[in-house]
Amino acid sequence: MSQYLILLYEDESFYANASPQVLDEVMQAHNRFAGQVTELGAKILGGNALQPTGTATTIRDDVVTDGPFIESKEALGGYYLIEANDLDQALAVAKLCPANGGGVEVRPIMVFD
Amino acid sequence: MLAATVRVAGGSGGIALAEDCAQDAFVSALEAWQRNGIPSNPGAWLTTAARRRALDAYRRGRLLDSKLPELALQHTMQDNLQLPMQDDGFGDDRLRLIFTCCHPALAREAQVALTLRLVCGLSTADIARQFLVSEATMAARVTRAKKKIAGARIPYRVPGPAELADRLDAVLTVIHLVFSTGHAAPSGDLLVRPDLVDRAIELARLLVSLMPDEREAQGLLALMLVIDARRSSRADPDGELVLLAEQDRSSWDRTLIAEGDRILTGALRGGRPGRFVLQAAIAAVHSAALRYDQTDWPQIVGLYDLLWQRWPSPVVQLNRAVAIAMRDGPRAGLAALDEIDPGVLTGYHYLPAARADLLRRLGRNVEAAEQYRLALTSVGNAAERRFLERRLAEVS
Repeated sequence: MSQYLILLYEDESFYANASPQVLDEVMQAHNRFAGQVTELGAKILGGNALQPTGTATTIRDDVVTDGPFIESKEALGGYYLIEANDLDQALAVAKLCPANGGGVEVRPIMVFD
Repeated sequence: MLAATVRVAGGSGGIALAEDCAQDAFVSALEAWQRNGIPSNPGAWLTTAARRRALDAYRRGRLLDSKLPELALQHTMQDNLQLPMQDDGFGDDRLRLIFTCCHPALAREAQVALTLRLVCGLSTADIARQFLVSEATMAARVTRAKKKIAGARIPYRVPGPAELADRLDAVLTVIHLVFSTGHAAPSGDLLVRPDLVDRAIELARLLVSLMPDEREAQGLLALMLVIDARRSSRADPDGELVLLAEQDRSSWDRTLIAEGDRILTGALRGGRPGRFVLQAAIAAVHSAALRYDQTDWPQIVGLYDLLWQRWPSPVVQLNRAVAIAMRDGPRAGLAALDEIDPGVLTGYHYLPAARADLLRRLGRNVEAAEQYRLALTSVGNAAERRFLERRLAEVS
């Protein structure tokens, strides 16, 4: 078993303009996702939605600035830490992960011996 | 042999170990054969010896040696202590390895490079030549791919039924490239490397039998059979290149051509042909002509037009331009060659060679000589080099 981080990149305007009903649907989608992960035989170890990039602060060379580290069209909006057998299973999980108007990155966790 | 050893050595993390064991096996094979003579089935001897070495190394815990090259230790190596040599339905270790090497998590160029390196054992230099990049670039590409497999834990297995069709295009591309390398070897003295050609055809046959509804796999097999049918006529007894125009067609293997035609006919049914089926069709039109001057060039140009739509590669543009020259004359061919973006085929000697040939036919010898010289700076195969040198002498 290995751990992977799934990073969710999404269109922030989707959330900014979303009605409570739409937000509720997103919540439902993530709940369904959790069930699907279990069915696949993988495990969610943790995860969170992040507040939008407007709330981000970056520090580089001791200089504090407003905003995310990398400006991009799709913003980092959340993550899941999962446990999976191998990359194929991690990808199967990631494909099910709801990411509105964007996509996900799958990164293996570094193992230190 | 490497693929079978990879299974024993513990999947994706064991590739480096497997390569070491394969090398060891070759060395001890040479020693044993010098003493005892070559066994009747050298391939089997090598596989057994390499597997035994991998198991020994595994049990001695050599895998825990921190001096192991770049691949990180994988937990599954401890899990898979007793790897079963199960028949997973494919029946060929090399196919398992090729599907793993062609995993979508690897960039396409990495898939091809890794498969050619690990499955077919091509040198990094040869692969680099095929892809018009430097050897250092290619070596780095292979190393990165291995690190990706190990770091992200790409599993060493055949894809499940749901993913199989998606994984096929990359595999077909790789097999075709192996064939091309064997059919017109990028380096060395021999024009043809029969072992690579045979291996590519063998892999394609396997694919077709396992995926009988995949028309592109059929197209690839048909293409290779029809082209390989010409093998014995492409070089003369001294190893010199013989052009398609001058090949002794009576020596073409008509059984292979017939088989290729039969497979192609089946593949052409049922929908829009893909790029391999179209290439096979072009080869079949050539093979149908009993003499070069009976070649149906208009049909070939038409097929290249379709192929260009399906696969906008500059190599297709080049081949199409040559066909246009045959249909409409050298001037039209040169105009078609000029449409190719000059930057994309740098180092691809067939482009200046084609240009030189058309210029030569027009009697523009000074320009032709310049193009032949240009081609000679990037040709890698000795037989092709000698051919170009002869042509250069003719126009100088």
